[in-house]
Amino acid sequence: MSSFQNRRNIVVAAIVIVFAVIAFRLFKVQILDKEYRITAENNALKYETVYPARGRILDRNGEVLVDNKLTYDIMVTPYDVRAFDTLAFCRIFDLDTAFVHEKFREYRRFRTRIGYQSLVFKRQVTGEQYNMFIEKSYLFPGFSGVPRTTRSYPFPGGGNLYGYISEVDPGYIREHPEYRSGDYVGKTGMEEAYETLLRGEKGYNIYLRDAHNRIQEHYKDGEYDKTAVPGVDVVTTIDGPLQAYGERLMKNKVGSLVAIEPSTGEILTMVSSPGIDVDLLADISKHYKDIAADPYKPMFNRAVMSPQPPGSVFKLVNGLIGLQEGVLTPNTLYGCHHGYVVGNLRVGCHGHPSPINLYQSIMMSCNAYYCYVFRSIIDNPKYESVQKGFERWKEYTESFGFGRKLDTDIPGEKAGTMPTVERYDRIHGKGRWKSISIISLSIGQGEIGCTPLHLANLAATIANRGWFYTPHLQKDTPDCPIDGRFKERHYTMVDTSHFADIVQGMELAINYTGGGATANIARVPGVIACGKTGTAQNPHGDDHSVFITFAPKDDPKIAVVAYVENGGFGATWAAPIASLLVEKYLNGEIAPERKPLEQRVFDGNLLHKVKVKKR
Amino acid sequence: MENINYRKLDWVVIGLYLLLVVFGWMNIYSSSASDEGFILSLKQKYVMDMIWVASALVIGGLILFVIPHKVYSAIAWPLYVLIVVLLVAVAFVGKEVNGSRSWFAIGPFGLQPAEFSKISMSILLAHLMSKYDFKFSNPRDFIRIMVVLAIPILSILLEKETGSALVYLGFLIVCYREGMTGWILVAGLLAILLFVFTLVFSPLVSILVLAGLTGVTASFYSRRPMIGIPATAAAVILLAFVPRLLRIESLEPLTRLDPDQWVALLTGVLAAVLTLVFWRRRKTSLRNLMLGYLLGLCLIFSVEFVFNHVLKDHQRARIEVLLGIKEDPKGVGYNVHQSLIAIGSGGFAGKGFRGGTQTRFDFVPEQSTDFIFCTIGEEWGFLGALAVLAVYLSLILRLIGSAEKQKDSFARIYGWCVACCLLMHVVINICMTIGLMPVIGIPLPLISYGGSSLWAFTILIFIYLKLDMEKRSY
Repeated sequence: MSSFQNRRNIVVAAIVIVFAVIAFRLFKVQILDKEYRITAENNALKYETVYPARGRILDRNGEVLVDNKLTYDIMVTPYDVRAFDTLAFCRIFDLDTAFVHEKFREYRRFRTRIGYQSLVFKRQVTGEQYNMFIEKSYLFPGFSGVPRTTRSYPFPGGGNLYGYISEVDPGYIREHPEYRSGDYVGKTGMEEAYETLLRGEKGYNIYLRDAHNRIQEHYKDGEYDKTAVPGVDVVTTIDGPLQAYGERLMKNKVGSLVAIEPSTGEILTMVSSPGIDVDLLADISKHYKDIAADPYKPMFNRAVMSPQPPGSVFKLVNGLIGLQEGVLTPNTLYGCHHGYVVGNLRVGCHGHPSPINLYQSIMMSCNAYYCYVFRSIIDNPKYESVQKGFERWKEYTESFGFGRKLDTDIPGEKAGTMPTVERYDRIHGKGRWKSISIISLSIGQGEIGCTPLHLANLAATIANRGWFYTPHLQKDTPDCPIDGRFKERHYTMVDTSHFADIVQGMELAINYTGGGATANIARVPGVIACGKTGTAQNPHGDDHSVFITFAPKDDPKIAVVAYVENGGFGATWAAPIASLLVEKYLNGEIAPERKPLEQRVFDGNLLHKVKVKKR
Repeated sequence: MENINYRKLDWVVIGLYLLLVVFGWMNIYSSSASDEGFILSLKQKYVMDMIWVASALVIGGLILFVIPHKVYSAIAWPLYVLIVVLLVAVAFVGKEVNGSRSWFAIGPFGLQPAEFSKISMSILLAHLMSKYDFKFSNPRDFIRIMVVLAIPILSILLEKETGSALVYLGFLIVCYREGMTGWILVAGLLAILLFVFTLVFSPLVSILVLAGLTGVTASFYSRRPMIGIPATAAAVILLAFVPRLLRIESLEPLTRLDPDQWVALLTGVLAAVLTLVFWRRRKTSLRNLMLGYLLGLCLIFSVEFVFNHVLKDHQRARIEVLLGIKEDPKGVGYNVHQSLIAIGSGGFAGKGFRGGTQTRFDFVPEQSTDFIFCTIGEEWGFLGALAVLAVYLSLILRLIGSAEKQKDSFARIYGWCVACCLLMHVVINICMTIGLMPVIGIPLPLISYGGSSLWAFTILIFIYLKLDMEKRSY
């Protein structure tokens, strides 16, 4: 015999208590709570889904960018279908009889899985077809029409930005059980980013049906029906007309054009070219194959997904770091005779006067100047080693947002790349590299990749003299407030006092008429704009043409980057495109003397310069 | 074959067993059978289930009439080792289903070693604890049992089958019955309580609760409850004002630590000092109580770390939904929400056999395996669900009662193991479907669809019946 026998009673008592708790919970769920009861009263109830109107997408001034138009989906409940006049049916919907037979073969094959469910038979029929169908619907038992909304786009352009909606596939439903077959969901762009706001909430009407499946009446006069809640209209920061103008400027070029309002971080324009034609967007499933096969990858949002070397634009960042580190003053003079030469290394430069100071170095975009600046940052004796100096430099660039995701609300945003000590250790051997080994970083070349959005953000940061708001697409409205992270000012590690000198140089680059300025072509009548050209070497062909600008110099309203792949010098394509966008935004129209420039941009076709893989 | 006296069999247990198995088959038929197709097609779950049931009965017969009862004590260790090897092996070469790797795929069939490990564990525990000089108060015996329990638990966790590992905690009840100190169970429950309090309210609330409980218990141990309890109450109330105090501006420098950290620091230092005092005075219980308090503090401050870094995303989400920290009826909460709708819609008397709309039309996921209780709740209503509960309760209590009557301690301990395995499975599974516990995927014994589970419980129960029968034949 064992001791501890009284413990049996304790355990038994505990077990009984646990079972009593379970029984009480069952009593509560099954008898007391009413909420679970009507949801599934019995088979006699037929639920008819009511689809909500999807929210519209508006621009910053309330113009509609993405609208709804009414179409109908023809639904079928195979279980209820009886023999019907196939030919008459096909005539209404302009169908092939073979199509109908094929569908029904399929339904028969999967009949056990389908059961009493309704399926979509034909999508997006027009209002006329639907009316013809309704007149004769008594001939086609088991078929019904459901109004659905499809998208329409009053403003041409921005297809890549808006994104598209398409029907959910089984894989998507597995991951998101709240969606049912037949639902639509935003797949890319803003449609994806604001899916939860735009989609609204489905409702249903409950009908009673008899044993012969005929609908008898509205169950309890609709007392338990659920009205569909329409989706919310999302206001974006995009300026519709400006976006459309940007799309026109970028037509037949590969690259991106991004404009930000510096004081808020709101994205005014975001073009990725070539984009998806909005006419194809509404019915994307039909054109999906062609779009996916296009060698220029129109589905790819280059503005946030395509990291590229920034080129000379990056000199601004190095100049700022130099000023903050105290290794550079605005009056520091360096000489340059067609380049920077150390031993057998040579960084070439174009012909310009020498020696020059910081302002002139920005204005003329001198390569040698920034080789000196960069080396004095990295080799600064206060950091014991090149590696430590480099780490410090990298911290600075990260404070500008480079090499990391900016955490915007744009789907698919890429972080870009910034080199690391480990990476150089791998290339040159551990600790066996010097500032001269990584000298390309001084002029924004080498192991550095940033998206056009990073550069636009740089333009906005300089426009603000040292801080930025995370760029975003959703406008802050009382109905849909934006996330708190878009309301935080981010300061760079460079003191705000140093930015004035850089701005000064950028002003000269556009407005200095005494010769040597790289970006006179970007001068906007009546406005003092500041800018910097970039010409990014790359292994894929001609140099990329880059330009960042903001205007007006005081109290800037717009900051722009244009990145034109294989477009040659920064001043050739990017500077005209960016400056025209600025002019359109600030002046409302293009001055007559700049009309020929505008026409040249409209007509320019650089597609042949871009090497693509042909399929 | 031995000569069998059928009157020596425990027909009540067999009857309850058959009741559950047949009822289980009916529900699988109801929730999965489709109207069309050949009624005996092997693709139908209910046909497969019939095969499993038939084979389980054959196995039960073999155990009762062929295999001698004395074999179990002899194979306790070899069987245990074999199962542990299988458990580890399956974690590496098994088939991955729903994120956990716990199946051996043998042709069209799957085999889950975790289900069978309960059998070997029960036999080994019975073998070890029935030795005549076994005592839980002997540290060597205690540690041996804990190690033997921990090895399969860890290997099951390796397969990411958290549910099956939880079932092993049921064996602690058996240990308690056999003399293990009850403090381990109390400490476990308290740990869960603190975990929940910390998540739902705040660490501060948890600390205050812990301090209160410790103070009251200490008062009883020191035999001066009339002084100790009011003192504890006063201290807890004072401590509750710490956050308010820290908002006073002149105390600005003190806000380096959060209020909960202050309270933990103050009480922790006190507890540490008291520990030393009681150590000197050789007051073991009070000393342990204070050490327990310090451990509790560590637990509270590790909750956030465990919750955010140790638990997987889906586990964290399930706990958040359960505790009402987040509502998510469409995402993680989907299963439980649909399950509640199905059960709730059953009402008092249910919708009748095959009348369930929610379960038949696939609203509830996994409804023939882990969520089969939904089908029962929907089609048989409150009455049916209660009846199933009653059958389980009767079976468990019958097993415990019968085990207590055994003269042979091997049979007694084994009987308790069987009862506790059943108990853990039933309670965890049903609580999950009715939203009292986070979603933990384990089957409902004898009812859920699945060969491994049915075989394992059949073997478990029939070995006990065999042991019981032998006792009566003396």
